[in-house]
Amino acid sequence: MKRLAVLIMLLCALAGPALALADNPPVRANLPDLEDEVMCPVCGTLLGLSHSPAAERERVFIRKLIAEGKTDDQIKDALVAEYGGQVLALPENRGIDVWAYAVPVIGLVLGTLGVIWAIVAWRRRRPDSDAPPEDGPTGEETERLDRDMARFDL
Amino acid sequence: MLCVAALLGFLVWGLVKKGESSLALGEPVPVATLPTLPEGGEGSIADYKGQWVLLNVWASWCVPCKEESPALDRFERKHGDQIAVVGLDTKDLNEDALAFLREHDIRYPQLRDASGDYTDQKLKTTGVPESFLIDPRGNLVAHFPGPFKDEAAIEEFARPALKQQASISESGNGSGAGGQKSGAPQ
Repeated sequence: MKRLAVLIMLLCALAGPALALADNPPVRANLPDLEDEVMCPVCGTLLGLSHSPAAERERVFIRKLIAEGKTDDQIKDALVAEYGGQVLALPENRGIDVWAYAVPVIGLVLGTLGVIWAIVAWRRRRPDSDAPPEDGPTGEETERLDRDMARFDL
Repeated sequence: MLCVAALLGFLVWGLVKKGESSLALGEPVPVATLPTLPEGGEGSIADYKGQWVLLNVWASWCVPCKEESPALDRFERKHGDQIAVVGLDTKDLNEDALAFLREHDIRYPQLRDASGDYTDQKLKTTGVPESFLIDPRGNLVAHFPGPFKDEAAIEEFARPALKQQASISESGNGSGAGGQKSGAPQ
């Protein structure tokens, strides 16, 4: 019984912060973070790197949405509605864009499997180092070895 | 070695593709269905087949676009019955574009290419403003990258269309190409 009470108290202690986090509203959007996540529509660079007139208008638009209390995702959606999907610096985590994230993971898994397969195959081909060599020296090699050994004063 | 060759191949291909910097005169102008400005409809350069078209690519944040706008508007009011002037707003905020049209009292039809895909990849524009003169068959007759300095410069640019329309008027054959008002695509 005492153990159960301790367990419940422990669970409550762990769950408290998590519940508090869940109750918190989403973090308020801010321009510097968004500037690193969206593109300038004309420059081909991150918004944060551009000071072109088009980029300045995009900043004004973002500031206005921030002032209205919009979240990051809402602001990004509004930017996509205005400029199209290319305005996002990172591919979206949905639709065909998921492949942008999936392909590297699939490549990593396949690469790892390939390396494992290569190591296993190499170990199978490798001769047993403790076993005697299959072929001893030839007669000519033995004679040469004897001659060489004879030259040393051992 | 194969990877390096493939990378070099992609590099060369990219450079060659980039080298195709503008549409060729006499070739058909690519068309695409785009939203109109103000929102609510769709349109395309193909809607104007049978008319001469002066397509002007612009954006509200573009200072030279503001400077050429009054001349373009005067040209349209003067020659709108001979050439359909069509604006194409690109890479722009909807509200900004509408404010631009209100500020400059622009009445001719407008299309909107928000992402810039059509202007960059199909029309191969290098910036704004840029203008294209398109004949009644949809072929490119003239291309002008940059702002027109005045109305006379626009008339010079549109000379092939104006000349043909004048000869049609002189011959008394008013049923030729471009006889419609620019605001009414076919």
